Amino acid sequence: MRNGAIAKPMEVRASVPVPRRLKMRRLGPRALLYTVLLVGAAAMLFPFAWMVSTSLTSDAQLFVTPPQLIPSPAQPQNYTRVADLYPILAFMRNSLIVAGVSTSLQLLSSAMAAYAFARLRFRGSQLLFLVYLATLMVPLQVIIAPLFIEMRYLGFVNTYPGLILPGIASAFGTFLLRQAFLTLPHELEEAAFIDGASHWTVFRRIVLPLSGPSLATFGIFAFMASWNSFLWPLVITNSLDLMTLPVGLSNLQGQYSTAWNLVMAGSTISVIPILIVYLTAQRYVVRGVALSGIKG
Amino acid sequence: MVGERGRRKAARAIFFLAPSLVPLLLFTLAPMAGSLGLSFFRWDLLRPPKFIGLDNFANVLADPDFQAAVGHTLFFIAGYLPLVYIGGLVLALALNQRLRGLAFFRAAYFLPVVTSWVVVALMWRWLLNPGTGMVNYALSLVGIQGPGWWTDPTWAMPSIIIASAWKDLGYVMVILLAGLQSIPADYYEAASVDGASRWARFRYITLPLLSPASFFVLIISLINSFQVFDQVWVMTGGGPAGATSVVVEQVYVDAFRYSEMGYASAMSWLLFVVILAVTAIQFRLQTRWVNYA
Repeated sequence: MRNGAIAKPMEVRASVPVPRRLKMRRLGPRALLYTVLLVGAAAMLFPFAWMVSTSLTSDAQLFVTPPQLIPSPAQPQNYTRVADLYPILAFMRNSLIVAGVSTSLQLLSSAMAAYAFARLRFRGSQLLFLVYLATLMVPLQVIIAPLFIEMRYLGFVNTYPGLILPGIASAFGTFLLRQAFLTLPHELEEAAFIDGASHWTVFRRIVLPLSGPSLATFGIFAFMASWNSFLWPLVITNSLDLMTLPVGLSNLQGQYSTAWNLVMAGSTISVIPILIVYLTAQRYVVRGVALSGIKG
Repeated sequence: MVGERGRRKAARAIFFLAPSLVPLLLFTLAPMAGSLGLSFFRWDLLRPPKFIGLDNFANVLADPDFQAAVGHTLFFIAGYLPLVYIGGLVLALALNQRLRGLAFFRAAYFLPVVTSWVVVALMWRWLLNPGTGMVNYALSLVGIQGPGWWTDPTWAMPSIIIASAWKDLGYVMVILLAGLQSIPADYYEAASVDGASRWARFRYITLPLLSPASFFVLIISLINSFQVFDQVWVMTGGGPAGATSVVVEQVYVDAFRYSEMGYASAMSWLLFVVILAVTAIQFRLQTRWVNYA
């Protein structure tokens, strides 16, 4: 109703040129607008710049007033120092393994389930789909104690399987990819079935290749979530050589609480891979976040 | 015949579903049930579990540490939610214009969203360093003596709130921006022709038509902020003197420092029920203010 009421004058307006006054008014707030945006951008970017700057600062200049925005002399050795003191490279390797394996498995398992829900007819499919959606509601902290006990029972505490296994399936991914598969046209698949193709072939050769952007969106989303996850790796690892970057960094800060140049060097190292992913695939990254809006 | 076809269909479905269904059963649904079961037992992982009925729940509710943690969590929500929503809305409104450098601004605002909580918490712990931190230095330039931030019980939670809002601003901005962009420009033009002021257009077109996006982002933020943990653990560890202990941090400490598995599970279930209830209430209330055009 309300839409109708607003839309009506618009139709009348279509033939009337925009009054000059309207254009003029826009010019005034421009400066204010850019000021807001620039201040905002500075507030967002400065902490990163300060992190990098601190990572290059010598111990002696760390706590001087006024703080040195550009460290001189710069001390890039902080990066080798932190790598000598702490197994940063092992943290990096662990994070890559955990995020890489769990993302691949999540993509595969979610795409297969999504195909089942989008294309196969079987008894109880709707109920089962609701069960998948219900798992989205389960917060990690509710299951963390029994999950740890389960892993202890399986002998997976402080192991890669312990780190990876809880994150190899994703109800969110299933939901996202099911939506994507539902929008694909049926014609190609029907032609393939007439030629005697199996569901697996159709899934593998038709549905997956046509869903590249959705798979990329979810894959990047899953990778970043895994790369940044903290609570579960914190619980399941207890030796330095198995810690992921977030847990290792937090541990490093606990050990060298005033060596901010080293802590910031470690932080900078850990940001670089995610920054590369973000800058090269920004569209998918932002889309993943926006698409998660469908959940509500 | 039909039976066999049905079986083949079922087998096919199981083949496609098993890779996700089995892990979800083993690592989400079973622990979920396990957690509920555990909450009726006392178990320290050493001696055999002992059934104690509802004692864990009663003890949690009477636990002053838990009560304090609930208070801190609510304080966090009360500070974080308005800050992140209004900040995100301002940025989204600013970005919803035809202007230069749009891509740059959007990329910049979203950068903290993709950064891990741990790095964000470390950055802000350093920025808010009481003695020689950058923020206190900047404040001193305008003649303000900055507080002790995360070392001061009064300012520790505000420190966490600032860091959290800073990180999530870009997320809120993206969701609200998508909402803004789905509002047809015609509405604004029509309203302008009818002589509506800038404020009136914002109040009677933007806000109502943005309400589904606002609702979504508020629900998600609310659910997440009930479960705040990472940034607290790294920035303050719940301190100083317990001033920033939050519910999930209590769950973690009880389960993994004191090995009180049943007690921690009961606490996590209480939190879960509260989150469900609050979400349900929000969905109820949405009919009053959310406008699905």
